[in-house]
Amino acid sequence: MTVVVPTSLNEAVAAAGSAPDALLLAGGTDLMVELNERHRQLPWNDAAVIALNRVPELTSWTYDPDTGLLDLGAGVRWAEIERDPLQSMVPALAQAARTVGSPQIRNAGTVGGNLATCSPAGDGLPVLSALDAQVHLVSTAGRRSMPVADFMVGVKRTALEPGELIASVTVPVFDGWQGYSKVGVRNAMVIATASACVVTDPPNRSVRIALGSVGPTILRCPEAEALVATAADWGSGSIDVATVTEAGRLAAATSRPIDDHRSSADYRRHAIGVMVQRLIRRAFPGGAS
Amino acid sequence: MSEMYTLHVNGRDREVRDAWLGENLLYVLRERLGLMAAKGACEQGECGSCTVQVGGELVCACLVMAATAVDEPIVTVEGLSEGLGDGVPTDVQQAFVDTGAVQCGFCTPGLIVATHHLLDQHPEPTELQIREELSGNVCRCTGYGRIIEAVQQVAVARREVAR
Repeated sequence: MTVVVPTSLNEAVAAAGSAPDALLLAGGTDLMVELNERHRQLPWNDAAVIALNRVPELTSWTYDPDTGLLDLGAGVRWAEIERDPLQSMVPALAQAARTVGSPQIRNAGTVGGNLATCSPAGDGLPVLSALDAQVHLVSTAGRRSMPVADFMVGVKRTALEPGELIASVTVPVFDGWQGYSKVGVRNAMVIATASACVVTDPPNRSVRIALGSVGPTILRCPEAEALVATAADWGSGSIDVATVTEAGRLAAATSRPIDDHRSSADYRRHAIGVMVQRLIRRAFPGGAS
Repeated sequence: MSEMYTLHVNGRDREVRDAWLGENLLYVLRERLGLMAAKGACEQGECGSCTVQVGGELVCACLVMAATAVDEPIVTVEGLSEGLGDGVPTDVQQAFVDTGAVQCGFCTPGLIVATHHLLDQHPEPTELQIREELSGNVCRCTGYGRIIEAVQQVAVARREVAR
């Protein structure tokens, strides 16, 4: 029984291919909690754990100015995303990054780990959803890509097959305003009770609204998105109060929250309405009329 | 199962023998290497009592699989005062004592490691920076006021020494 620490993506893929039930360890902020609390066991394999933190292809990112696409390796950590240069490319993801745990957690936790855990409360996920991110998977069988909406299958369930790794996630770099908002019981170290992301893409007059912690996976709000995109004055960057109110109502109606130990469904639905209205007002600050 | 790996802790190579591979770094530091400063409370990265530096980064030792931390320099609070002489505290430790930033003391080792890291990154931190950077270290006794005062006191003292 060993911990395999590959130092290239090829090595990591080969290791995962020969031990498909090995645990894949990225930042450890989810997996180690499960091991510490004995909710998960190490498999009785020669390769029980494959640690992904020394794989340069996973811990780096590239930006292609021709396509305007940013490709984030799965092992890029929140501490890097919250700072420049990434924060100016994907400001909403940086905002979400700053709400992940504490400095200690952000130094360890990765964007790929957020995807693989696929908690409805994963802070990066509403942003990746609003950006229509593409998730790139790799295994000994080859590579495949899919929209993040297809990758997220259910509560802590993904499209990952045994022996498959998340290589990277690609997001567009937009000029427009984007932001992330989250409510919880404290400012730091808190799991989202409800969260929302609004992304605007002015050249395409497109608005994306995504909700976290109010459904089995991240929810998009196509009706609210279409309403705002149509009713906003893109020239002056303004929007009328009635549209903002209605968009908040539509988003709240799209949410499918549950009662649990962290909050009630009613509160979550209310919080979604408030957050989406606030985010839209920030996106179109040219004086709400 | 007989496994052996080597960790680089506080400038020394330390062999870890016959360990279960899923052990976290906090357990290995305390139970196998006898370094008792880092404390275990939540074991889920919430409290910061086990804060150490791994590869120059501030992390919760309870969330690091120890066997993956080979080849990285690990610094615990014991290592911060290394070379100062037996029983001599660092300037941060002394400031925590002077300001009364220690009550029960359980969170203190993690806070000392985090404060050293904070002052390395931001030699003249604002109060907001202090609160942000120490937000992962929970203290149930002090209400944080004296901890912030201790950090500010060290920043001022270091500035005066540099002058």
